[in-house]
Amino acid sequence: MTTLRKPWLAPLLSVLLLAFLLGVWQLAAQPETTVVDPGLDPEYAALIGAAAAGGGQSAMPTPGEVGGKLWAHLTDPFYDRGTNDKGLGIQIGYSLARVLAGYLIAVALAVPLGFLIGMSPLAYRALDPYIQVLKPISPLAWMPLALYTIKDSGTSAVFVIFICSVWPILVNTAFGVASVRRDWLNVARTLEVSPLRTAFTVILPAAAPTILTGMRISIGIAWLVIVAAEMLVGGTGIGYFVWNEWNNLSIANIIVAILVIGVVGMALDTMLARLARAVSYRE
Amino acid sequence: MAFLHIEALAKRFPQADAPVFEHLNFSIERGEFVCILGHSGCGKTTVLNILSGLDEASAGTVVMDGREVRGPALDRGVVFQSHALMPWLSALKNVEFGVRSRWPEWSRREVEAHSIKTLEMVGLAHALHKKPHELSGGMKQRVGIARAFAIQPKMLLLDEPFGALDALTRGTIQDELMQIVAATQQTVFMITHDVDESILLADRILLMSNGPRAQLAEIVEVALPRPRDRHTIHHDPRYYRIRNHLVDFLVNRSRAFAAPEAGHAPAVVNPGSDIPEPQAA
Ligand SMILES: Nc1ncnc2c1ncn2[C@@H]1O[C@H](COP(=O)(O)OP(=O)(O)OP(=O)(O)O)[C@@H](O)[C@H]1O
Ligand SMILES: [Mg+2]
Repeated sequence: MTTLRKPWLAPLLSVLLLAFLLGVWQLAAQPETTVVDPGLDPEYAALIGAAAAGGGQSAMPTPGEVGGKLWAHLTDPFYDRGTNDKGLGIQIGYSLARVLAGYLIAVALAVPLGFLIGMSPLAYRALDPYIQVLKPISPLAWMPLALYTIKDSGTSAVFVIFICSVWPILVNTAFGVASVRRDWLNVARTLEVSPLRTAFTVILPAAAPTILTGMRISIGIAWLVIVAAEMLVGGTGIGYFVWNEWNNLSIANIIVAILVIGVVGMALDTMLARLARAVSYRE
Repeated sequence: MAFLHIEALAKRFPQADAPVFEHLNFSIERGEFVCILGHSGCGKTTVLNILSGLDEASAGTVVMDGREVRGPALDRGVVFQSHALMPWLSALKNVEFGVRSRWPEWSRREVEAHSIKTLEMVGLAHALHKKPHELSGGMKQRVGIARAFAIQPKMLLLDEPFGALDALTRGTIQDELMQIVAATQQTVFMITHDVDESILLADRILLMSNGPRAQLAEIVEVALPRPRDRHTIHHDPRYYRIRNHLVDFLVNRSRAFAAPEAGHAPAVVNPGSDIPEPQAA
């Protein structure tokens, strides 16, 4: 295969594509110094920003401007100048803390419960209607209820993360546990292995790849949801940062935040993919 | 009383009109190697599952060493048809899994040493740390045998252990099994489809008629002297007498076997007993 003989080809294409896209962006965002429309609607001007409307400067920043902002954020990620001006590192930290808290609670609850459902057909039939109804609910729909009952906005965000992470883990764990090969369980039975030891030494490793598939889906959803949740509850976090920069009309900051959200999401996914590979087995 | 005693054993699966088999009566002596032969679907695996305790009989009793068999226990080692190794464990860990259950008081060192010793017995000293997917079919089956053997069961139960292997590998593992069993006086109950395999290994061969309502039709004694050698055993004129008898049963008589009444004991035959033992060359 050519791609194998030229391992540098794919990265080269990636870099070329990036250069091309940045070039297009640069051209599209070029400040238009020539035309000043005299008949500009003042209301429209107010809406899209005076500078942009005046034509002196586009509201859309150039790649260079975004690069500069990104550099500024990366070199000083943890500054704190009051509630509405915190470093990107601090905001990401808040978001990650919420995601991890909600996610870990979900894992701690969904894995044992999934075990129960997977091992007992009775528990499966009893809980299935609840799961089927609760699973398709958008996690954000829980937000008002959470705010009303919990009252604390940070905790409500954690709850929303919990509720969106719990279903994929629960369903996958139950499925993984239920489909452990009969043969392996029979081996454990003929060796008089206790039910608890069977759960930990046979069922858990056998179902681990499926459980981790669920955990990987969940962390992805949780990271998607936290941005929206923080836009709603406000205060801190990367979602709030994006919303706040929208109010400041700092498109460059928004683009920087979008990039960072993507990179962090990728890092989380990579971590779970690594974990999944560590517990996978070939038959 | 015999070491293993089976009386009036029957199995009927729920929702089935007829029992798979019924009125099964037979005994196995300590140290005996017994094979069971019969057409596919006659209930051999079901019998073995009842002996291992993984399945329950609908009627009848199984008594081993003076105690009724109820549920699976460590005094019976099972080698599964599909090897049933845990794919996330190495060969050694698979064997250790059983050994640790058998002797929970043993230290990690003792467990490991005993497991390695058993794997060496089946010729796998070089593959201790390989995962099942890195092993050939024959090696996997050897690990399965080592796992069952390592717990030093009173009886070894094998469900067509060599069914999926090529003839050459099959022969090698048959030899290994024969050696281990001879050295340890192990009692063995083994299912097979292969007539030659059963003659090579067994002291007695149980012949089952076709299901449903399968019966134990006959018990064939294999009076060939031990140790037996795969390459020379067929020079013995009695070998073909036994072989013809078995094939004749499978081809002609297994289907038409009339169901006798409950207390029936299967006929015991000893084909070739009229031929004098050949003199050693
Ligand atoms: N769990 C089950 N439920 C219902 N019927 C079953 C079950 N297990 C086996 N049977 C039936 O019992 C009969 C005997 O099955 P068994 O597996 O014991 O046959 P076998 O002699 O081992 O066949 P083979 O040589 O092909 O392995 C078959 O007709 C099968 O369909
Ligand atoms: Mg079978």
